[in-house]
Amino acid sequence: MLSYIARRLAIAIPTLILVSIFVFVLQKLLPGDPALVLAGEERDPQVLEFIRQKYHLTEPILYQYFYWVEAMLRGDLGVSLRTNQPVLELIADKLPVTIQLAIMAMIIAFMIGIPTGILSAAKKGTPVDYIANIVALSGLSIPNFWLGIMLIMLVSVNLGWLPASGYESPFIDPVRSFQTMIMPAFVLGTALAATLMRHTRSAMLGVLKADYVRTARAKGLRELVVIIKHAFRNALLPIVTLSALLFGELLAGAVLTEQIFTIPGFGKLIVDAVFTRDYAVVQGVVLCTAAGFILMNLIADILYFLLNPRMRSAL
Amino acid sequence: MSVTTDHAVADEEAIRSESRAWKKLKANKSALVGFVIVAFFIIIAVAAPLLPIADPAATSWSAIRKAPSAAHWLGTDEIGRDILSRMIWGAQASLMAGVVSVFIAVLIGVPFGLLSGYFGGWIDQGISRATDALLATPFLILAIALAAFLGPSLTNAMLAIGLSAMPIFVRLTRGQVLSVKTEDYVEGARAIGLTDLAIMTRYVLPNVFAPVLVQATLTVATAIIAEASLSFLGLGQQPPDPSWGSMLNVAKNFMTQAPWMAWWPGAAIFLVVLGFNLLGDGLRDALDPREG
Repeated sequence: MLSYIARRLAIAIPTLILVSIFVFVLQKLLPGDPALVLAGEERDPQVLEFIRQKYHLTEPILYQYFYWVEAMLRGDLGVSLRTNQPVLELIADKLPVTIQLAIMAMIIAFMIGIPTGILSAAKKGTPVDYIANIVALSGLSIPNFWLGIMLIMLVSVNLGWLPASGYESPFIDPVRSFQTMIMPAFVLGTALAATLMRHTRSAMLGVLKADYVRTARAKGLRELVVIIKHAFRNALLPIVTLSALLFGELLAGAVLTEQIFTIPGFGKLIVDAVFTRDYAVVQGVVLCTAAGFILMNLIADILYFLLNPRMRSAL
Repeated sequence: MSVTTDHAVADEEAIRSESRAWKKLKANKSALVGFVIVAFFIIIAVAAPLLPIADPAATSWSAIRKAPSAAHWLGTDEIGRDILSRMIWGAQASLMAGVVSVFIAVLIGVPFGLLSGYFGGWIDQGISRATDALLATPFLILAIALAAFLGPSLTNAMLAIGLSAMPIFVRLTRGQVLSVKTEDYVEGARAIGLTDLAIMTRYVLPNVFAPVLVQATLTVATAIIAEASLSFLGLGQQPPDPSWGSMLNVAKNFMTQAPWMAWWPGAAIFLVVLGFNLLGDGLRDALDPREG
């Protein structure tokens, strides 16, 4: 088990190093003098010189990268030009908001995606299956920012049921927090539900053909028991690992969802940073997202390993 | 069996499977619906300059935020521009962004995937790790970051989306090449002394075509949403040129006064993306030999 994790880590580390190179190179795509860009509105030659010294801009690019990585390993991702706060602190402030949104979206996605996937597989080839497939494909095709706008118009503007924007911490006012987050979570959860539905359906179809399911049916078990207890439990494996990998999609979706519903999370942080040309924050967000995704990949692999007895016995 | 005979048999088999695939595709109703939707939008986008519609940039202070009517079928926007005309011209930007960015992704991704799968060793290690690193950053976040550093414009948005989508094609091509390169006809071609380039282009590449085509069709759908997302954030098409995403960006500020401004561009994105998804799914079913 430990050697398996060590092997996976050995693959994750070079990936992380390459991600850091990409993120560093991003900065070099900026046209013109980077010191001028980093200085923002400031044009004082002394300030520019200070920036050049601080970021080692006069040294060869390879040295610049090593200085950057060394600072990063100390937890120094730079300072936001806009708020003057350390980037890591900013990210740590915003991340819990996005995690709350992501967890709520995931719950909604599971509640819609898995039962529909099971139903669709159990009723393969019937109108129920066709309708479920059309709904899933529509869920994948709807741009979530448009769905957000439409829901705000319907639920908030016309019906007045839920607030259109804003955020409240669940630790301060849980009811208000739920009210502000449920609509964005639904918007974010629909695309995910569609992906989950399609994967659940395909995993279930594979399992429903298996001999042990036929045996369970032959024993005279009720169809519901066969589907839930015998088939679904075995189809769960790819679904669990897929869920860990959907984390990246959730973060990307959160960028637009947070923008529409003005939620002060991780996604809004990157968009605001893009517009204020706060490049250190953009780099920090990309780096943290990639690191998070690599970690989730690692967790998915370990989960797969733990849940799959064949993998364990293969060692 | 000689390589030439092998090649002829492979050609015959390819023609047979092509006609089989075409028959399956024609019989697939949802793929047909997808094709009709996509064709409709392509025709509209291409014919935009010929259609008898208003100038998409012409403002009218007497027709600000007018609801759909006989004069303006889809209504007008916040400075009195005709939404139908902007929708039609916007189709050009959205479809072009989808197709061009996928073209960029295929053009870079497929050769790297070929090299990686065919040569193996350190070339494969290097390309695969770089692909993993790019795949570790979610598609849209990578595209936003690239667009931010390259500067906001439709061209840069297409480049950003293309580069973000490229790793999928590297991985897909590599996988296909790995399964093809041990086939007898490739071994035979190597035995008669053909160069690596000739083997790759004549024997390996044609086998990569079908899965790449399916993936490209599905990626066009993703790329159209990505372009709309970037334009919605102000990182794609710049005003006054229309694109569906930038129209939605403005529309969100007038949700109570002029909701129709948000209806149409979103519905168009949804329809065209649905069209590409249906077509891509249909192509996959038709080209996958494992399917019925």
